Amino acid sequence: MDFGPFLLLAILEGLLQAAVLVLMALGLSLVFGVMRVVNVAHGEFYMLGAITAWHVADLAADGPVPALVPALAISPLFAGVLALACERLVLRRLRHDPGSTIVATIGLMYIIRQSVLLLHGPGARPVEAPFHYQLSLPWFGYSGYNLFVIAAAVVLLLLFRFLLTRTRAGLVMRATQQDQETAQNFGIPVERVHACVFAAGAALAAIAAVLIVPVRQAHYLMGEDPLLSSFIIVILGGPGNLRGTAAAALLVGLADGIISMFFSPTLARMASTLLVALVLVLRPRGLAGTGR
Amino acid sequence: MTPPPEPAGGTGRRVLALHLAVPAFLFAIQFHLPEYYYLGMPRMMILALYAMGYNLLFGYTGLLSLGHAMFFAAGAYGAGLTAFHLGWSPPAAFLAGTGAGILAATVTGTVILGTRGVAFMIVTLMFSQVAWLASLHFSEWTRGDEGLSLPAAVRRFHMPLLGDIDLASPVIRYNVALLLLTLTLVLLLFLVQSRPGRILVAIRENEQRTLMLGYDCQSFRLAAIVLSGTLAAIAGAAHVLLFAYVGSGFASVSWSIDPLLHTLLGGAGVLLGPLAGAGIMFFVTDFFSSHTRAWPLVTGIMLILLVSGFPRGILGTIRERWCPWLP
Repeated sequence: MDFGPFLLLAILEGLLQAAVLVLMALGLSLVFGVMRVVNVAHGEFYMLGAITAWHVADLAADGPVPALVPALAISPLFAGVLALACERLVLRRLRHDPGSTIVATIGLMYIIRQSVLLLHGPGARPVEAPFHYQLSLPWFGYSGYNLFVIAAAVVLLLLFRFLLTRTRAGLVMRATQQDQETAQNFGIPVERVHACVFAAGAALAAIAAVLIVPVRQAHYLMGEDPLLSSFIIVILGGPGNLRGTAAAALLVGLADGIISMFFSPTLARMASTLLVALVLVLRPRGLAGTGR
Repeated sequence: MTPPPEPAGGTGRRVLALHLAVPAFLFAIQFHLPEYYYLGMPRMMILALYAMGYNLLFGYTGLLSLGHAMFFAAGAYGAGLTAFHLGWSPPAAFLAGTGAGILAATVTGTVILGTRGVAFMIVTLMFSQVAWLASLHFSEWTRGDEGLSLPAAVRRFHMPLLGDIDLASPVIRYNVALLLLTLTLVLLLFLVQSRPGRILVAIRENEQRTLMLGYDCQSFRLAAIVLSGTLAAIAGAAHVLLFAYVGSGFASVSWSIDPLLHTLLGGAGVLLGPLAGAGIMFFVTDFFSSHTRAWPLVTGIMLILLVSGFPRGILGTIRERWCPWLP
């Protein structure tokens, strides 16, 4: 293949990566923006989404509807409920002290990951895509499902933007993010908002996983890589900033896709991690800002 | 008004006696330990050394690093690569590892000196991830995850007064680990009770006030990072030379979480805390890993319990209730 088609393939792969990452990073960004909590266990909710999808697919194997449809509903629900429990039982007690919440979410990460290992097992399990369609481009064939994932991510983003800017729930979230005390003075149940936001963040990660699980496989360690990338995106885009997160996800996904294809994936990861660490060093306010 | 509690480390002789009794105890029990524990203790002692270095930064200076594995790995690879590829003798490889640690800590410390709080945590995490990725990328020399096993010949060396020493021997391993641990303990004991040590605590308590009092906080923070990182590297170098293996895993996140866990469990800001924490976790993980593959579950539960219920850890609680003189 010539350079041109190679680049096109790299861009498509990058877009796919960006699609998954933007949903995941959005969840992380929301949680950090509204709650000021750095959730190190975020990747594990992503992993739970994939594992749940596999189990749903397993149960619905011979049904008329492709397994992905119920999984898209059940996985985020499951992740959201679990996240709610975590928030209630663990995070609420810590009163959002930054150091303690990070350590506690690290603990949650271990617990969730090892529980899945215990209950589900260490093997990587594939999940069938709901449809198999090969898009025949002049230079290579590309999976139609990948394009569907990209489209789905865009739709979900627009939906979320609508939710955030045009609904009362979105208004409440933004108000809590901007100024928690004033929001409370206006009668907003801040504790309940925190719980819902944490659950929503986990649900977003789970949805991303359900979409991508036919392309990757469901595995108990799969949350580790996307977590780092999500952190990078949130820091670059600004916590709580929807547009910034989307732009950063696009940037990171494309850069990752292109560098991975022409150099090595490890090098791509190193470059982006180092870049963001330096951004944080030069602008430590990046994590302290209120964001919009 | 009630008089303030006696400052930590106030009664010099009592403190020194206690802190020397611990290594003496560890020395004495080696003749009575069942073989299984005898073989496992050196590892525990090296982990305690690592955690003590971490405690200096976290417990005494108040900086929570999530990336100490990069310093541990610097020491580990410094010793491992020179021993494996260049055939350096253990003492030389050890110095190489220590040097690598000093370099890594100084460079990292200088770069991140301006960051605080959450930013500091994330930046240290990210730098250590880069180190981990680098160890995978350069797998031509490091063999990545698979790692390098040091051949037996490399672990034998000759010391002028002591004769031939073979690091594969359990007796040698136990006592070398104990020696390193004791030296670290004594060093830190004098440090935390000295003026620089108190200044670190002052920085932890209220950096603005300390700055206003005229102390150069940046230099002290850098010194704390460098010393803490160097101790981590010493632990890494020792770990490689004593147990003959170095792999990418040493730079992974779990090796950053371990010293944090040990310090929190035993008592952050208490000198013997990390040793107590490492000791307890040694037995706890031993117990659970023989029952289930998913024993890190215990790590997770402990972290949550500690941070929500017992932020002071075991020795920290003891110090608060009964022994305010414990440094």
